[in-house]
Amino acid sequence: MTTAAPVASLVGVGLRYGKVVALDNITLNLPAGRMVGLLGPDGVGKSSLLALLSGARAIQHGQIHALGGDMTSADHRSRVCPRISYMPQGLGKNLYPTLSIEENLQFFGRLFGHPAAERRRRIDALTASTGLTPFLARPVGKLSGGMKQKLGLCCALIHDPDLLILDEPTTGVDPLARAQFWNLITEIRSERSGMSVIVATAYMDEAQDFDWLVAMDAGRVLATGTPTELLERSGSKSLDAAFIALLPEERRRGHHAVTLPPLAAGSDTDIAIAAQDLTMRFGDFVAVDHVNLSIRRGEIFGFIGSNGCGKSTTMKLLTGLLPASAGSAELFGQTVDPKNIATRRRVGYMSQAFSLYSELSVRQNLVLHARLFQVPEIDIPARVEEMVQRFGLVAAVDAMPDTLPLGIRQRLSLAVAMVHRPELLILDEPTSGVDPIARDSLWQLMIDLARQDRVTIFISTHFMNEAGRCDRISLMHAGRVLVTDAPAELVRQRGAATLEAAFIGYLEDAGARGEAVTSAPAVPATAPRTHRVPFSLSRAWSYALREALELRRDPMRASMALLGTALLMVVFGYGISLDVENLSYAVLDRDQTGLSQNYALNLSGSRYFVERPPITDDRDLDRRLRAGQLALAIEIPHGFARDVARGHSVQIGAWVDGAMPVRAETVRGYVQGMHQGWLLEQAQHRLGLDAAATNPATIATRFRYNPDVRSLPAMVPAIMPMLLLMIPAMLTALAVVREKELGSIINLYVTPVTRSEFLLGKQLPYILLAMLNFALLTLLAVTVFGVPIKGSLLALTAGALLFVTFSTGFGLFASTFTRSQIAAMFVTIIGTIIPAVQFAGMLNPVSSLEGVGHVIGLVYPAAHFLTITRGVFNKALGFASLEASFWPLALAVPVILMLSILLLKKQER
Amino acid sequence: MAHLANLYRLGIKELWSLARDPAMLVLIAYTFTVSIYVAATAMPETLHKAPLAIVDEDGSPLSARIVSAFYPPRFDPPAMIALAGIDAGMDAGVFTFVLDIPPDFQRDVLAGRSPVIQLNVDATRMSQAFTGSSFVQQMVLGEVGEFVQGYRGSAPVPVELALRIRFNPNLEQSWFGALMEIINNVTLLSIILTGAALIREREHGTIEHLLAMPVTPAEIMLAKVWSMGLVVLLAAGVALVFVVQGVLRIPIEGSVALFLVAAALHLFATTSLGIFMATLARSMPQFGMLAVLILLPLQLLSGNSTPRESMPELVQDVMLAAPTTHFVTAAQAILYRGAGLDVVWSSFLALAVIGAVFFTIALIRFRRTISAMV
Repeated sequence: MTTAAPVASLVGVGLRYGKVVALDNITLNLPAGRMVGLLGPDGVGKSSLLALLSGARAIQHGQIHALGGDMTSADHRSRVCPRISYMPQGLGKNLYPTLSIEENLQFFGRLFGHPAAERRRRIDALTASTGLTPFLARPVGKLSGGMKQKLGLCCALIHDPDLLILDEPTTGVDPLARAQFWNLITEIRSERSGMSVIVATAYMDEAQDFDWLVAMDAGRVLATGTPTELLERSGSKSLDAAFIALLPEERRRGHHAVTLPPLAAGSDTDIAIAAQDLTMRFGDFVAVDHVNLSIRRGEIFGFIGSNGCGKSTTMKLLTGLLPASAGSAELFGQTVDPKNIATRRRVGYMSQAFSLYSELSVRQNLVLHARLFQVPEIDIPARVEEMVQRFGLVAAVDAMPDTLPLGIRQRLSLAVAMVHRPELLILDEPTSGVDPIARDSLWQLMIDLARQDRVTIFISTHFMNEAGRCDRISLMHAGRVLVTDAPAELVRQRGAATLEAAFIGYLEDAGARGEAVTSAPAVPATAPRTHRVPFSLSRAWSYALREALELRRDPMRASMALLGTALLMVVFGYGISLDVENLSYAVLDRDQTGLSQNYALNLSGSRYFVERPPITDDRDLDRRLRAGQLALAIEIPHGFARDVARGHSVQIGAWVDGAMPVRAETVRGYVQGMHQGWLLEQAQHRLGLDAAATNPATIATRFRYNPDVRSLPAMVPAIMPMLLLMIPAMLTALAVVREKELGSIINLYVTPVTRSEFLLGKQLPYILLAMLNFALLTLLAVTVFGVPIKGSLLALTAGALLFVTFSTGFGLFASTFTRSQIAAMFVTIIGTIIPAVQFAGMLNPVSSLEGVGHVIGLVYPAAHFLTITRGVFNKALGFASLEASFWPLALAVPVILMLSILLLKKQER
Repeated sequence: MAHLANLYRLGIKELWSLARDPAMLVLIAYTFTVSIYVAATAMPETLHKAPLAIVDEDGSPLSARIVSAFYPPRFDPPAMIALAGIDAGMDAGVFTFVLDIPPDFQRDVLAGRSPVIQLNVDATRMSQAFTGSSFVQQMVLGEVGEFVQGYRGSAPVPVELALRIRFNPNLEQSWFGALMEIINNVTLLSIILTGAALIREREHGTIEHLLAMPVTPAEIMLAKVWSMGLVVLLAAGVALVFVVQGVLRIPIEGSVALFLVAAALHLFATTSLGIFMATLARSMPQFGMLAVLILLPLQLLSGNSTPRESMPELVQDVMLAAPTTHFVTAAQAILYRGAGLDVVWSSFLALAVIGAVFFTIALIRFRRTISAMV
């Protein structure tokens, strides 16, 4: 079977994530032109192997040859990536949920350089053959799991790959959609016979029809061969059993087939859960549609259906997590009420995703939950110990949950749900992704709970063999319960061979045929290959278009950016005033003569000062200064007028509040000036001298650019750089890191797009948005604030363009080396707000700063853009006079972009 | 009783989450040490290294005497330029001040003709322009006066002005800069820490888990408020004692304990605000935008960068609803002026009221949106 040249060969491949070994010295040849299955539960290394094979993840140890070249060579990878297609695990993981089917396909088509007509032809052909044509305009986020996977397949096939890599394409998809998916693959393979397909799957029954299988466990290969070879070798009837038989002895120990003792009779009247016409609507969408249920105490009740059919929502309604739109539900005869804390103690709930605290150890999690459920403090150690023993967590008790295999984590979740001895367990897909042995042991635990402890268990699953173990099951589709009965009874009523076939029958009756496959000609194999170019405008454009579409679909973000900046401009323009005015002062006049009052009057006439009630004594003076009620206190001594008349020297005391140095400095200037003025006036008045005689020289002060020394014309140009720095940077920072968190970054890893195309493409829409922002701010400045543009508008616009290219670039930079959105957000805030507000010359000129702040001010582009905005708005300048400020800006753009490109990785590490 | 126990346990859980998140710890450490140090040492005195140029068209001993009056740290050594260089230098923002001493200045002074010196000021640099111009005037007139009288020292002025600066005698900006940076960072961190903690719980699905337990939304919220508040409070206290008093050697006049009480009241309001914002934002990107839009005015209009009394009445009144305004008022009074509770009680009361209102609004909103988070 493996005589032909292999499509890929692995020699001694190893991979570690920190201390965890994901792949352990794997050597393997994968035959070409076949359907190869990678078999095994979650966490055995299937996904890691596929990621290495597709080039998405960097190779750590060993060698991988694929499609005739070494995958460690970046050159080879970029040559063959248009021939490889990789569909990662997770429903629609590499798709864009806010974009429609059509837009997603167009995006991928552009990435591979197809012209418009070619894209149209391919999209039409692919969507026709997958039955997606009627839904082209629907956003991906609103598709069912099966449709998402079909679309994922279309996107993977759009460029005629020679090697198609599918990572668990049918996990979480209902049986009907699953059958359709495999038919589609078979059809495509019959038309493109040269194509090799590698599929990872956790469903052993699917693997029956594959050409060649690789069974994996704990990062190693257990066995390879055709399905029949594997069955013969292990002497088993099903692949599930064969897989267990192939496992090493120590893993199989203690495993035995799960048996379900019948439910004790006579418990029909004892009802644990009852639901009447339970309905849940989200807007127009009916998630749960008139569901009726009645579950007896001690029963194991199964809920079967595809992802998104309403199983989880029904469970949340029953736990009181969500209030129902209509209908009623009762637990133990009491109406479910989200506010009723008492019934919650009788229920244990295990949600679909692992939702324990990954920051707490296994024991801490158990103790925390026991306490929150108010298990008496003295019982807690014993209770936790019991759970640890019963659920086999002894070895893991001090470990952090993230370091544990999924099977053990799910046991922990079950232990946590059981820690307060609930009478009812609601379990949402507890065995999803767990290996067959761990699944069986989990089931044994649940059966013991149900039969021995009389705990009612309400469980959802998409494994048919698990559905067969329940006392009764409900089949659910599109929010409605299709049928409820014992599994064997359903098979009998339908006259089907298996429960799965019976389910498909019910689904077809319910009208799920709508998305069925209609055979259509697939894409011809003689498509033009794309040329390799170092920078492809069309690929960058593809990302730019996509980003722009996503921005349009999230109008809240764009409008916050536009309206928010406008609002901030108004607030700051009026709010931040650099004039120091309306300063409070008061006088302690111990003299109370005409002359002393004349001195005090001198101050009160000033527009800078506002007089407060006179100070009564020293204590009053101190108290009011301390309370911040006075910026200035004047003390005129006893005998002031008398001493002045006699020509004795007198001292007037002035106390200035130094808490705000800028304000104090200004006050000092004002007071000294006014004191001088008063002296002069006195001299003229008493001695009859004229001003010229007393002043040997005078100073004519010209306040340039802003003759009235008003705050607004000075502030408006100063605010623009700050806003045009922070907002665009924040927008782009989250745009890249979000792809990392959500998984669509994989498209960068496995398609021909280069790092610079990716970054510049993503940046473009934000530059446009920021320029729109700039236009809005400029308009506001001219109209609302009445600050005219005296200089060259062209120079201002050019400066703004350079500057927003920098600020969007800074956001990209912040998100290239961070892993989480929150970290990127912090880096952006710290990297923009402090330099912009403090070191860019907004309040103090850069030349006056000291130390690190001075250096930041000189290097950081915000200060240079500030020179440009002030130059154009206030000083009537153009390009020629501002040249010196354009150069640093023009230099900063390529620097920040190069840094981002260098820090971004083309492969996951 | 059970409520208090739940509050305590949920809060401890928040602290564990934070303790195992190294990125956040680094960030908190950075904002309360390095960031404060940089802000304190970079802040210039109002008149510090002010860039000044002089056009000396006279070339006399008197003009030389004027030139020599300007020296660091208040002024950069003056640049001697030609008359034609004034516009270029000021346009490019190289000089804030240009002094033009006219020809025959000394002769005219001695002849009692009271000649005019022109002082050009770049009025777009408001803060420097204001204090600087009056300072330059005094310096020049002082030099001329002394020259005329032929001896150094003050002329017999009958009335002397004894000007004393209270609370910060040398008007050192670093005193102001360091403490204001602490206040800013308390606000920034408390809002982002609580908001992000809630969004993270939502993204990880653990909020759903909590809600299935006998725990009320008020407990979940209060637990975040006290735990994150405590972290920020401790960090602020450490920064005040070790960075501000220790490394920067800035004397603190008032009671650090009283300041921490003010900070605790302030944190009650800001952590509630953080939770409120997290219920408004549907995703982390939206929260990020919201945070920028709310933090900037909170910080810049609180009276922390520019004096409150100089702002328009409307802004002053609106900002009375912001906790930062009262926190800044109280903090300045306590830390710089050594004020006691008898002076700052009104700010404390305002903080408590604002905190209670914010908390109530956030709780109502949290209860209402909590089902949508599941």
